[in-house]
Formats: sequence, structure tokens, C-alpha cells
Amino acid sequence: MVKSRARLAGTAVVMSAALVLSACGSKSSDSESASGGADSCVDTSGDTVKLGLLNSMSGVMSISETTVSDSLKLAAEQINESGGILGKQIETVQEDGASEPTVFAEKATKLIQSDCVAAVFGGWTSSSRVAMRPVFKSLNSILFYPVQYEGLEADKNIFYTGATTNQQIIPALDFLREEKKIKSIFLAGSDYVFPRTANKIIKQYADEYGIEVVGEEYQPLDQGAWGTAVDKIVATKPDVVFNTINGDSNVAFLQAYDEKGLDATTAPIVSVSIAEEEAAAIPVDLTGQMTSWNYYQTVDSPTNASFVEAFKAKYGQDRPTSDPMEAAYTSMWLYKAMVEKAGTFDVDQVIDASDGISYDAPEGTVVVDGENHHISKTALIGEVQPDKLIKTIWSSDAPIEPDPFLKTYTWWDPSKE
Amino acid sequence: MDVVISQLFTGASYGAVLLVIALGLSLTFGQMGVINMAHGEFLMAGAYTAYLTQQVVTNADLSIIVALPLAFVVAGLLGLLLEVVVISRMYHRTLDTLLVTFGVSLVLQQLAKDVFGAQAKAVQAPGWLDGQIPILGYRYPLSQLFILVVAVSCVLGTAAVLKYTGFGRQIRATVQNRDLAETVGVSTTSIDRLTFFLGSGLAGVAGVAVTLITATESTMGQEYIIWAFLVVVAGGIGQIKGAVIAAFALGVIRAFLTYFTDGSMAVVLTFLLIVVFLQIRPQGLFAVRTRSLA
Repeated sequence: MVKSRARLAGTAVVMSAALVLSACGSKSSDSESASGGADSCVDTSGDTVKLGLLNSMSGVMSISETTVSDSLKLAAEQINESGGILGKQIETVQEDGASEPTVFAEKATKLIQSDCVAAVFGGWTSSSRVAMRPVFKSLNSILFYPVQYEGLEADKNIFYTGATTNQQIIPALDFLREEKKIKSIFLAGSDYVFPRTANKIIKQYADEYGIEVVGEEYQPLDQGAWGTAVDKIVATKPDVVFNTINGDSNVAFLQAYDEKGLDATTAPIVSVSIAEEEAAAIPVDLTGQMTSWNYYQTVDSPTNASFVEAFKAKYGQDRPTSDPMEAAYTSMWLYKAMVEKAGTFDVDQVIDASDGISYDAPEGTVVVDGENHHISKTALIGEVQPDKLIKTIWSSDAPIEPDPFLKTYTWWDPSKE
Repeated sequence: MDVVISQLFTGASYGAVLLVIALGLSLTFGQMGVINMAHGEFLMAGAYTAYLTQQVVTNADLSIIVALPLAFVVAGLLGLLLEVVVISRMYHRTLDTLLVTFGVSLVLQQLAKDVFGAQAKAVQAPGWLDGQIPILGYRYPLSQLFILVVAVSCVLGTAAVLKYTGFGRQIRATVQNRDLAETVGVSTTSIDRLTFFLGSGLAGVAGVAVTLITATESTMGQEYIIWAFLVVVAGGIGQIKGAVIAAFALGVIRAFLTYFTDGSMAVVLTFLLIVVFLQIRPQGLFAVRTRSLA
């Protein structure tokens, strides 16, 4: 009798203590978010500044993301050699997002709150970026996101150095319509926000220009059962397959495509997530297949030659360079320029200083749009070569100004399904 | 009609993959009651063996033939190691084996990542599997036919071993009544090890076959492990013929559902169907008569 009453009292004490502690905890985090940058723990009083690298070093996306981490480290090394940022040497802190959006959010919080980094570079899938947005907003830090994505976003705390849809997908569609004269298109993508949104945009474009969408197939990111989708491609004979599949699933798709007898002459593919790195890991002949990016290793620009040389010297002659790696590399140099213009690492002042910042990137000269936080990029349609490198076959010639909300496109109706 | 035929063939392809993966699990889980969450990583070990074999035997036409028995041995030995070091201490503690082997699975994935890198490795398919064979108006890929042949051979081989060899009889005796088997002189510890070797070796063979249809990288086993368990449970624990029927049924169902809905919905609905099926028939397709999962 006495024992059980004591146990009850004990439990009540523990529970009320837990409630009080959690209330205290949430109160202090509320005050943190209210004062935003003032509570930032970034310490640049010494010789160094910490920058966070957040990429999937494991899981289904590691095939793509580890290369971004490599190029970010190269940028940090080169910046340090040239004197650092505002005289401070960069100290990189690498975290693994493990291809899981929730882990990305956790690690972003850790980098900002425990490691006290001045900015974070990374993310890949739109799911990871969407999961991280609230973290960067409430903790008032900056994320540099280096990957092509579905647009329709312009977060104050994010800088997007990858292409938005009007710099990658729409130029690809223009190329297919004007140069290849396509009348039908088949959509294959992974099942998450980027391919779904991209396909929404493609369907409205197709509607506007009289192109028939003959199929729309998805597989979860971690599954590769593409046999049925390929059967449908065989049956519908589209003029082109628009590929928004991401990660390892691309390998399974191309194996299924190849084993059922399709190739670049019978069912050409335009991919937005297959770059030099992924192409090399796919044991299928991709010669003649097309890609839509804003950079290829073969790009002929003043800075590209030294970028490629430096990357291969550091990581091996057999390592190719690709668009997201270049965008990540560029993002760190842009950050340096922004901080130096602002004269401080303070987040709000860096963001205010961002408009008009330019850098002679390996892809060409890029300029930051201070309003939507994207950069100008030239669209390049490429063709995979037998050696798995990509050669430009069509270019938009001049850089395209970013229009993430597609305001300049009359056929786009965001409210339509 | 075209749709029906094409999806029957594609479904059979999915089923063959599931079968070759689930067969080994049917032995270790079905026969021995051991929930080995690292089974997918034995598949991965087989796939990496195929990759390494191709580095040595550079001729892609040959390397897969050499890789098949090699992967069986490599994965089998890995399984043996797991059994001796971990599982033999945990018989009759099913939930503990589940947790421990889950941990082993994570360790093996990380090991693969450290040794081979996080990037997927390209394993070239042999030239003689290029092309399709027209059957009933459907162009059936030769590589899928190969997977089917591997799956069927493994099933027949395993069934033959269990039915006709001395080892097979001892395995069945140990499974049906461990204590009585010991009494008549069967060394149950050796038999446990042999069964685990066989089951894991089969996972390795599956890994080689699977390099034809998916990327070879450290998490590749995770795509299939849940499906493998579902096949074994739905087919009836301890029943190889149940696993065969369940594997092809699940493959065909998934193909048709993917055709008429979409990839993600097909997975959801297939799992739902299995749940409903198990509510109606919890023992699976073929009931085991003499085992309990204690």
C-alpha cells in the first residue's frame, strides 16, 4: 500500500518536473527566434570562421551529393590560400544528411546552434531543402543551395545557385519544341516534390504548345521497379522522355529502358538529374541521350579550365566535374564576395549586400538577384558522349535571369492542378 | 490484351527477383526461425563480389559466370560468421536476433561505404544478355530471363538438397524437432551453421543477379529486405513452394497496380493486400504443420 502510493507520488513529481522543464525550454527557444541574428553564436574573434557543409554522405542520394561536398572543400581550400574571407581562414564542418530530409533539418540545427557556423552549404533533394527552410528561418542563418529545383520559392534565408525552372526545364522544353519538333512527351520521375512540381509546369507548357503528354510515371526514391513504366514507354512511343528521376533510381530506370531495347534513337531521354558523375555510374550506353544543365565539364570558359584542373589534381584524374558541384563551388565564392561587400559575417547585413554580387564562375559570369536570391545562368542542352562526358549541343547564348515564380510566362497558372 | 501480357511478363520479372532474394530468407527465417535483418546486406556482398570479379576478369561476358559461385561462397561465409559469432547465442530469442541483426546490417552498410565509397559502382551486364526474346508478342528482355533461370535453378537446387541429400535430411530433422534430432546423433550446431551458410549464400547469388537491374551500392539491400520478409510470411513460413507462389503473385500484383495507379500507390496497395490476406489466413499460403516460432 505505502509502496504504490510512494510510486504514484514519485511519478507525479517526475512528470511535473518534466512539464516545467519543457516549458522553460520552449520559452528560451521562443526568445531566440524573436531576436533572430542577435542570438547567433558565430565567433569570428579569432583567425577562423566556421562554415557548415551539409550533404548526404550515405543513402540513395550519396551517389550525387558526395561530389558537392568535395567541390565545396576545394573552394574553401582555394579561398583560404587567397587569404580567406575578411582575413579569416575557413574551417569547414561536414555533416551527413543521410538522404533523409529530417536528418537534414536536425543537422542544420546542430551546425547553426552547436557548431556556430556562419553559413551552411548543401542540400540536394527538394525534400531536404523544404525540411531545412524553417530551421534557417527561425535561427536566422543562411543556406546556399546548389541544385537545380522546381522553383516557386524565394526564401530570404536561402541563396539558390542551382537553376530554377525557367533556366533549365523551360529552355529544355523550348529546345525540344523548336529544334526537335516534338509532338509527344513521356514524363518519368521520382515521387517527391521536385518531379511532381516540374511535371506540373511541363504539363501546362505542353497544353499551351499542343504537345501531348502520353504518360506520367513515378517511383519512390528508394525503389527502382521501372519495368511497368518502360513497358508504357514502349507502347506509347513518345518523341521524348523527360526524366526527373533522382539518385540510384536512375540507374534502375536506365537498365530497364536498355534491357527492353530502347535507346537514344527510339525513345530519346532528356534528363535534369543525370550529370557526369551519375552517367559514369550507369552501366548502360548513354551515347546520344540529352541533358539540361547550366554547366558541363566541357564548358569553355576562362575559369573552367583551372577549376577542372584543380579538382582533378585534388581528387583524381578520373573524377569528372558536374553542374551541382560547380554551383556549390560558385556559391562559396559568392558568399565570400557578399561578406566582403557587407564588411561583416552578420547574416542580415550579408543578405542586404547580396544584390548585384557577381563572380566569374566556371559556368560563366553569374550575378546574384537580391530580390529572389537566385543567380543568372545560361541554359545548356548537352549530349552524353561515349566517354560519359557531356558536350553542349545547344545554348541559350546569354545568361537567363531567374524567374522562380514564372511571372513572365503567361501560360503558367499556379492554381491549376 | 497487350497490357495483360506485358504486365504478366513484367510482373514475373519482379517476382523472379523477389524469389531469388527471398529464397535464402525462407531457409534462415522459414526453417530456422531466425529473423536476419542483415539478409539484404548479404545480397549487397554478392553484388560487390560481382563488381570486384569484373575488375579482375575484365571481360564482362565472363565475369558474371565466375561471380555467381564466388558470391555464393562469399555471402555464405559472411552468413556463417554471423551465425557463429552472434546468432548461435540467440536462438529462442527472436526479438533479440531481430535487433542484433539490424545492427549488423547497419555495420555492414557502413563497412561497404568505407571500403567502396558512397558512389554506386557500375557493373557491366554481359553482352550475351543484350536484347529481347519475343514471346506471345512481348519482347521479353534476356536479362530478365536470366534472372528467372537463376531463381528457378536456386529453388530446384535448394529443394533437391533438402529432399535428397543427407545434409538436407539433417536440416529437416533439426527444424522439425531439434531435441530428437540431437538424440539420434545429428550435430545441430553444425547443421545450423550449414543452413545459415546456404541461406546467406543464396542471398549472394541474388546480389549478382540484381546487378543487372539496380545500382550496386551500400544501401541496395534495403530496397528488397521488406519485400523478402513479406514473401516468406505470405507464402507460409518454412514452405519453399509457398515462397515461390507468393513471390510471383506479389510481382504480378505490383506490376498491374503500377500500371493502373502509380509506383508509390502500387507499393501501398500491395502491402495492404498482404495485410488483408494475412488477416484471413495468418499462416500464409501453405501452413507448416510441425513448427512453432517459439
